[in-house]
Amino acid sequence: MTAPLLTPGIAAGRLPSEAITRNFADAHPRLGAHEAVVAADRCYFCHDAPCVTACPTAIDIPLFIRQIQTGLPEAAARTILSQNILGGMCARVCPTETLCEGACVREAAEGQPVEIGRLQRYATDALMAAGPQPFARAPQTGRRVAVVGAGPAGLACAHRLATHGHDVTIFEARPKPGGLNEYGIAAYKTPGGFAQAEVDWLLAIGGITVETGRALGAGLTLDELREGFDAVFLGVGLGAVNALGAEGEGLPGVRDAVEFIAELRQSDDLSALPVGRRVVVIGGGMTAVDAAAQSRLLGAEDVTIVYRRGRERMSASLWEQEQALARGVTIRCNARPLRVVGEGAARGVEFAYTEEGPDGLRDAGETFTLPADQVFKAIGQCFAPGAGMSLEMAGGKIAVDAVGRTSVAGVWAGGDCAAGGDDLTVTAVAQGRDAAESIHGALAG
Amino acid sequence: MADLRSEFVGIRSPNPFWLASAPPTDKKINVERAFRAGWGGVVWKTLGLDPHCVNVNGPRYGVVYGADRRVLGLNNIELITDRPLDVNLREIKEVKRDWPDRAMVVSLMVPCDEASWKTILPMVEETGADGVELNFGCPHGMSERGMGSAVGQVPEYIEMVARWCKQSTRMPVIVKLTPNVTDIRQPARAALKGGADAVSLINTVNSITSVNLDDFSPEPSIDGKGSHGGYCGPAVKPIALNMVAEIARDAELAGLPISGIGGVTTWRDAAEFMALGAGNVQVCTAAMTYGFKVVQEMISGLETWMDAKSHARLADIVGRAVPNVTDWKHLNLNYVTKARIDQDACIKCGRCFAACEDTSHQAIWMKPGRVFEVNDAECVACNLCVDVCPVADCITMERLPAGAVDPRTGRTVSDDHADWTTHPNNPSRVAAE
Repeated sequence: MTAPLLTPGIAAGRLPSEAITRNFADAHPRLGAHEAVVAADRCYFCHDAPCVTACPTAIDIPLFIRQIQTGLPEAAARTILSQNILGGMCARVCPTETLCEGACVREAAEGQPVEIGRLQRYATDALMAAGPQPFARAPQTGRRVAVVGAGPAGLACAHRLATHGHDVTIFEARPKPGGLNEYGIAAYKTPGGFAQAEVDWLLAIGGITVETGRALGAGLTLDELREGFDAVFLGVGLGAVNALGAEGEGLPGVRDAVEFIAELRQSDDLSALPVGRRVVVIGGGMTAVDAAAQSRLLGAEDVTIVYRRGRERMSASLWEQEQALARGVTIRCNARPLRVVGEGAARGVEFAYTEEGPDGLRDAGETFTLPADQVFKAIGQCFAPGAGMSLEMAGGKIAVDAVGRTSVAGVWAGGDCAAGGDDLTVTAVAQGRDAAESIHGALAG
Repeated sequence: MADLRSEFVGIRSPNPFWLASAPPTDKKINVERAFRAGWGGVVWKTLGLDPHCVNVNGPRYGVVYGADRRVLGLNNIELITDRPLDVNLREIKEVKRDWPDRAMVVSLMVPCDEASWKTILPMVEETGADGVELNFGCPHGMSERGMGSAVGQVPEYIEMVARWCKQSTRMPVIVKLTPNVTDIRQPARAALKGGADAVSLINTVNSITSVNLDDFSPEPSIDGKGSHGGYCGPAVKPIALNMVAEIARDAELAGLPISGIGGVTTWRDAAEFMALGAGNVQVCTAAMTYGFKVVQEMISGLETWMDAKSHARLADIVGRAVPNVTDWKHLNLNYVTKARIDQDACIKCGRCFAACEDTSHQAIWMKPGRVFEVNDAECVACNLCVDVCPVADCITMERLPAGAVDPRTGRTVSDDHADWTTHPNNPSRVAAE
């Protein structure tokens, strides 16, 4: 019998379950109390701090770190959460190396920023462990708002509306709320059911009803929502995945990376989750990194990310790339897929070498083939407008102004489905929060 | 190589670093460890008459931390030795016999009567110790019993006890001064008048380091109550340096040897004390925080600096800064400087801006891209930006040369000396020629 690691094709149980458990444990465990104080002591309490400017939700980072320094992590958490109600998740998944920590003056001084992300997690974990969320509802206004999508944007919007006393109904297509916090993002970044725990904690403010299994277009139209509610917020995310447009894309073994990640996140037993012996991931973003790294952690022998442009153009940050490399993933750049090869199932992918020319990317004239039992497509997602949505679009997404107003009166939008964002959890939270304030202003007016 | 050998009131030691009278010098085992580590001498923890003292059985120390729990200051409520007199005397004798090249000074505190002092001095003399230090500084506990700083705060008592001691012993007598007075020169003058060979200072500063906010007890808390303690460590160094300088530059006290104490933590601190007139230094908190090994950095650092500056022996550095300590009224008002920010070194934290804009003279611009620049027309050269900048030498003070116009005042800078004594705003100015 072949060793499980060497089983050809796509198979479950490549690693013993203890190894899987170890592989998917908390990648960056929370700081201990001593570590937190040592880390907090490094903050210079900058004037008009660059880290705050770099944070899409503008958390007052020097203030919360000073609160940790003075022994009050829960006060620190209130500072964080008053700007970003999903500060717990953002502490885990934010690309801090390109946001707050990238802007930290100690990065300039010593190449070693204050560990803002881990300090944020220390504070928010302390508050969440201590009990319920610290926000209370204003007296009920009797106004009702529909929020479509229970992802970061929708949840942030709903929570802020609830604090203002409005009643919110969230319509969520999937069986669970959380959006990409629950269905996307590598499992080792947010283990222990944190995404659902955070949603439960957030919803405990009251005044928010979540209806799952309700998607726009499937028995729910925007017009009905506009009719039945005082305002509507759309935070539906990106429903569709870009196609490769390569021959053989339909062969068994070829799959969307987001779907694989969602299945992995929902699996109760990762050792029962099948993965290829040789995996090729096509794309250059966080989804590609998360699919590739987790394939390795499940026991894939050989995992390669192939990206059509140079390393520096990958949208996954350098730190994310290093996370993949550290887990044994190979990254190959400047190659685009020509076809998936195989009889009845994927057996490999043929690529053309590319080069950047004055007129953009062009083939360099040579090809190579990587063997692959499993091929993940991670070349981006796009907005899938639901039936009956007649909103003005911009660049394939819903056009919004600075506070999230769409072209249709009474309808706001935010998160990945709205134009102008950068597809980050933290940006979605900021947009949901700001739209809520705008809605609140409109309802009060 | 610089010669670090020290002779203080006739007491020789291989270097000027002594351990101050305190817990590190309470027992033979500690003192021998210190000598093995390289300390030049010790002042044995204060002896008293039997029955010996007792200490609290709860915490004795309170602390003030800087970043990363760096100890900036300790306070203590420990009393003088809590071991029988004969045990201490026996150990002192053994250690001095085994370590003849190290300074062995014995700290003493007995009731303020002549008989008590005349009882203990011969017993110490018999150990072969090199000298005695009269503990007139301890501010807690013992002072409630009319000893320690209760004596040190009354110049007449200092003079009286110093005289008794000088009459009763061959050993040099060092008087240890308390900083808990308004004018440190008064007790120093009394010591000199009483015949003391030297003064040592400072002893600890009256202090409460913190309050427990759960039970509202001062720290260190003994069953919910706290007593003021004696504060020491790096935090008290500026107070000590000033007091040493006050004595060193006092005409009446000219030539009185000073043993400098108060927050000496590195060779640099020691050199500063000595530059301000201390013949040697005594150390405690640094050893209690980091262990006896710190003396090795002090020795090598002092040597390295002296070699670099061509100072051959300690006498070449002692008192060198004293002539430069003056009164404010003599400071040159024509010395005009402006802050300069090195843009390459700047890490753009903006602390200089916050400090200047919020609390000082609005003399730093914050320009697009977080570029911080000094507005000479507003800069009064206060130095606060230099002090709060986290990067050494990023902000410096540059002197305007004579002939330059100070954009703040519109006046041309002169290289003549001009100070308050001749300033037109001074009602009691000395008339110009």
